[in-house]
Amino acid sequence: MIGYGERVLDHYRHPRNEGSLPSPQIRHEDLNPLCGDRVRIEVELGAGERVAAAKFRADGCILCRAACSILTERITGSTLSAIGELQAAGFMESLEVDLRPARVQCVLLPLEVLQAGIAAYRRGMPP
Amino acid sequence: MIPDLAHLRKDFPLLQRRVHGKPIVYLDSAATSQKPAAVLDAIRRFYEESNANVHRSVHTLGEEATALYEGARDRVARFIGAPRREGVIFTRGTTEAINLVAAGWGRSALKEGDEIVLTELEHHSNLIPWQLLAKEKGARLVFVPVREGELDLEAIPRCVTEKTRLIAVTALSNALGTIVPLAPFRAAARSVGALFLVDAAQAVPHLPVDFNQIGCDFLAFSGHKMLGPGGIGVLVARPELLETMPPFMGGGEMVREVWPEEATWNRLPWKFEAGTPPVGDAVGLAAAIDYLDMIGMETIRSHGTALADEARAALAAIDGINLYGSKENENRGPLVSFNLEGVHPHDLAAALDQEGIAVRAGHHCAQLLMRRLGVAGTARASFYLYNNGDDLKAFVEAVRKGVDFFRSLRLS
Repeated sequence: MIGYGERVLDHYRHPRNEGSLPSPQIRHEDLNPLCGDRVRIEVELGAGERVAAAKFRADGCILCRAACSILTERITGSTLSAIGELQAAGFMESLEVDLRPARVQCVLLPLEVLQAGIAAYRRGMPP
Repeated sequence: MIPDLAHLRKDFPLLQRRVHGKPIVYLDSAATSQKPAAVLDAIRRFYEESNANVHRSVHTLGEEATALYEGARDRVARFIGAPRREGVIFTRGTTEAINLVAAGWGRSALKEGDEIVLTELEHHSNLIPWQLLAKEKGARLVFVPVREGELDLEAIPRCVTEKTRLIAVTALSNALGTIVPLAPFRAAARSVGALFLVDAAQAVPHLPVDFNQIGCDFLAFSGHKMLGPGGIGVLVARPELLETMPPFMGGGEMVREVWPEEATWNRLPWKFEAGTPPVGDAVGLAAAIDYLDMIGMETIRSHGTALADEARAALAAIDGINLYGSKENENRGPLVSFNLEGVHPHDLAAALDQEGIAVRAGHHCAQLLMRRLGVAGTARASFYLYNNGDDLKAFVEAVRKGVDFFRSLRLS
């Protein structure tokens, strides 16, 4: 009926890192004003600003939830500066799914939430 | 019984196309309607034969364009039962019409502590202009609540007080399809001397609507939802109210005499139509009204409602489908709002698109209502005069297929 791709379906069926963290240094939540989807991402940092753990909560579609799962898995173990280099195009490619224009924002919302959270952390704002 | 309007379908060029290899089943008319050839031809004829600016050109084309533009105003006035043509203002759409009232009436008449009564059904276009105004003026918004999908009409007397200056309600909810009884709101407004505005963006395309009969002070609607072109809408208002309101936008056309520091205003309706108006769009809107009148608004209403009722009954029989909206048949318009349990409406809509079926999914610009319903959004199938039993069958079949598809995704 509609192709989501094996990687997206795997993460949709078995989401990694869904939930919350007890004391994250980064916590950010936002919504997609077009559809109302809501995503929260939390990050716990270890030494050298390396992501020790990342968790998400998402009220969203299959693509949005899978993107949260893939993103949090991908950034775990990375430094914030490495994450800062993560581009939208590269992230979308890593989902291995053919995205129609109307669905691009579904998968970019988690990335934008993460980046906004990192930016707030850099400005010294509490999570 | 669905009135047979099958012969109309050939009038709509877009409905001849295919999507993903399948004939298009367009069930998103509450967002925007498709256009009959008669409307497209009228617009094309205007630009090919009579295009000129209006009112100030003394040449033949200018006179023709002016006659067509003002003729369109008369056509709208007759269609909607406006008291006088002076009370028919062309705007860009419903949103601009409501903003015109918020800026024109609201900025000059509203004071700190005044109250505006809305409902939780409102589209953002009949909410945000009042929020902006209330913030500026220190006024308060009061909401008639929605309970279990129904507008709580019994709450009206509690919401409307001596402080109420305006009641602004939708006549037909774009998100649920609820047809709102307007008489209790009119009575409540009259009882405290408040003004009464009706957002008729969904009602005018689908139901017989008469400004005088409703007894409101302002009524707003959009051309593009009623077979007309995008970019034109209408504010119908009592002319004596418009006389007391300052202009909305400044520029050419809306002025009478101009000095360096001040100006006087043009007569109604032009006082509220700054700049060159969308003449071709007005011509298209008039052609759309001719088309609607040819079929008859009563027929259009019963056709749309019958399709939506059948859709609702078919969906209710599918395991896992939740339906939203009024349980009373007579309060339901030509759309059905629903969800498939455990499936995001966007995913459902994307799956239906693969079958050539266009439905809307999301919050429908009604976030207050979605929060009240406890959902992020819904899927919405909305019907219009060009839809038929085949569309309905294809839609229900595709939803069934979608149910199986999403179940298989979760299981495998």
